[in-house]
Amino acid sequence: MPLNAIELAKLFHDKNPGITPGHRMCPGCAAPNVVKFALMTAIAKGYHPVVGLATGCLEVSTTIFPYTAWNVPYIHNAFENVAATISGVETAFRAAKKRGEIPPDKKLAFFAFAGDGGTYDIGLQSLSGAVERGHKFIYIVYDNEGYMNTGNQRSGATPPGSDTTTAPVGKQIPGKLQLKKNIVEIMAAHENVYVATVAISEPIDFMKKIEKALEFDGPAFIAAHSACVRFWRVNDDKAVESARLAVETLYWPLYEVERGVYRVTKKITNPKPVEEYIRSQGRFRPLLSRPDAKEIIEELQQYVTSRYERLLALEEITKDKPLRGPWAKEDFQTDEHAM
Amino acid sequence: MPAKQALTGAEAIAYAMKQINPDVVAAYPITPQTPVVEYFAKYVADGVVDTEMIPVESEHSAMSACVGAAAAGARAFTATAAVGLALMHEIVYIAASLRLPIVMAVANRALSGPINIHCDHSDAMAERDSGWIQLWAENVQEAYDFTVMAYRIGEHPDVRLPVMINFDGFIISHGVEVLETLDDDVVKSFVGKPIKMYSLLDTEHPVTYGPLDLYDYYFEHKRQQIEAMKHVPKVFKQVAEEFEKISGRKYDLVEEYMTDDAEYIMIALGSTAGTIKHTIKELRAEGKKVGLVKPWVFRPFPKFELQRILNGRKGVIVLDRSASFGAEAPLYEAVKSALYEVAVRPQLGSYVYGLGGRDITPAHIRQAFEDAFKGYLIADEERYLGLRE
Repeated sequence: MPLNAIELAKLFHDKNPGITPGHRMCPGCAAPNVVKFALMTAIAKGYHPVVGLATGCLEVSTTIFPYTAWNVPYIHNAFENVAATISGVETAFRAAKKRGEIPPDKKLAFFAFAGDGGTYDIGLQSLSGAVERGHKFIYIVYDNEGYMNTGNQRSGATPPGSDTTTAPVGKQIPGKLQLKKNIVEIMAAHENVYVATVAISEPIDFMKKIEKALEFDGPAFIAAHSACVRFWRVNDDKAVESARLAVETLYWPLYEVERGVYRVTKKITNPKPVEEYIRSQGRFRPLLSRPDAKEIIEELQQYVTSRYERLLALEEITKDKPLRGPWAKEDFQTDEHAM
Repeated sequence: MPAKQALTGAEAIAYAMKQINPDVVAAYPITPQTPVVEYFAKYVADGVVDTEMIPVESEHSAMSACVGAAAAGARAFTATAAVGLALMHEIVYIAASLRLPIVMAVANRALSGPINIHCDHSDAMAERDSGWIQLWAENVQEAYDFTVMAYRIGEHPDVRLPVMINFDGFIISHGVEVLETLDDDVVKSFVGKPIKMYSLLDTEHPVTYGPLDLYDYYFEHKRQQIEAMKHVPKVFKQVAEEFEKISGRKYDLVEEYMTDDAEYIMIALGSTAGTIKHTIKELRAEGKKVGLVKPWVFRPFPKFELQRILNGRKGVIVLDRSASFGAEAPLYEAVKSALYEVAVRPQLGSYVYGLGGRDITPAHIRQAFEDAFKGYLIADEERYLGLRE
């Protein structure tokens, strides 16, 4: 049942969705909205969220002792291990349930939030392990395309031409040379997983995917476009707009992969040129003054166009070919037969 | 009825964990720890325990998952060795700082490099300031007994700290010895139910674990950890006393062996104590007044016990199975520091031995004692047993 926006508004008009106001995230940052859309959906669907965070902006800015912005159970362990940590929490839940220490009908939803550094780079092993093991949790990366908490360093998620402090646009080198790592496909390759991309400019699509993730009988991975207004050098009212433009230029295609079955959830018939996205953000300004800017933008344009065409093709050929199905469920779902 | 069994140290620890039936075990294979989790995995597979096992993809994730599980109120267990422990290092500190009474068995093995799979204590020594309680077993029996006692110590409300059970790699982990095991129900009632505090599963009372803690509070929280460690000797003794009632075996912070009238005392951790006891018997037969002190607990360091025992002796020989490059070996350094405060300081000698599994024999131990008999112990000289120079 898709969530109704009016009912959501009624439900949360006097209630916090797990994260409360007063935290110290930058004004205009997209990340708290990512959290809110996810937790609101879970709470509205009757789940009690339990949250794990990787070290990063969201973590340091919401839990400065003795304050906390979280009114749901919360754990931060370290930078690279939020997936392993939440897998321990989720396992403890199953153990407690099995031993009758928790009412059998109590629904908990385990969330892990991490930035792109904590996901694409340092936390990839921990994430891959937890998803492979099949823990029931939802991992959400708020992808702001760099190590923004430490002041805008290059990550595996940084796009080419973006000016960062460790891959700056210089006189010789035009900033980062590599395209973004395709984390969505890496996670989809775990097969027994629900994977989706979301953007805060498309809240209904976003929350539908969270709902699907909650109901999926296995791990879920959600990649959220998440503008860092500070280091993307955009005004602090531009996070939603930049998400929208990312979707409209195909820079951030909205799709999902459920056990190998692709579905493009927002079809873009007349995509805007990716250059429009590039020109809207100050982080690309040093690139634009270089003579090779055109080439770099052209390369990116070709990439996003062909990736989108490929997604449409995958949607067509995978629609009736799930990689795994109920016949190959992971051991966690067969617990009742074990004991 | 207590039963005699012939088990390896690894199997004995797994057997104790089977009797404890913890909520969550997260572990990764590494020599020579692997058989601990192999035996335990079999108990799980056979339905002998109802523990949930997490076969993680690294030791770093093993400790991370234990932290998550313990914060969710679970009794969590892991086991590792050497570089596996080193990989966990970051989270070992975090586990202690979050005051999570996780239990971890460490089959002590040399740290790389060069890579080596055999026993020494460099792995555990690298964690000695991590805030974990460190217990050190001499043999299979002690490895079993400490496993039974560990949660009681770590979970005590005055302590709330993780516990590391050290048992020498291969020597104890793979050596078969006869030990006396307790009945399942005796262990079960001794260990009892875990005291769940601030569980992440208690959604009615949400808590925040692991906040950002800056210069205005971090120091106070570290001070609380220091205080928690200070409660360990009292709690350890209480638990040991209760354990004696069910097992007949007596434990304390240190074991004293033939120390009453000893003029020369050797100090060592772990399995080498057995070889030392054997050599002491021989030397006693020759009329030498020699004894052994073996710390069962290395963290917190049993300073007062060592001061009481060592004050006024002629010579004290400290054996270390790990080196501290550019400084004195860790056990020696701690003993020497403790002796600064005694009325009559003995002569002191530092002997490093057994690195990377190099064998230690009664002849080596005798050699160190002979130095002491000759009055040839030099406090700032590090000597090596069984080394080709």
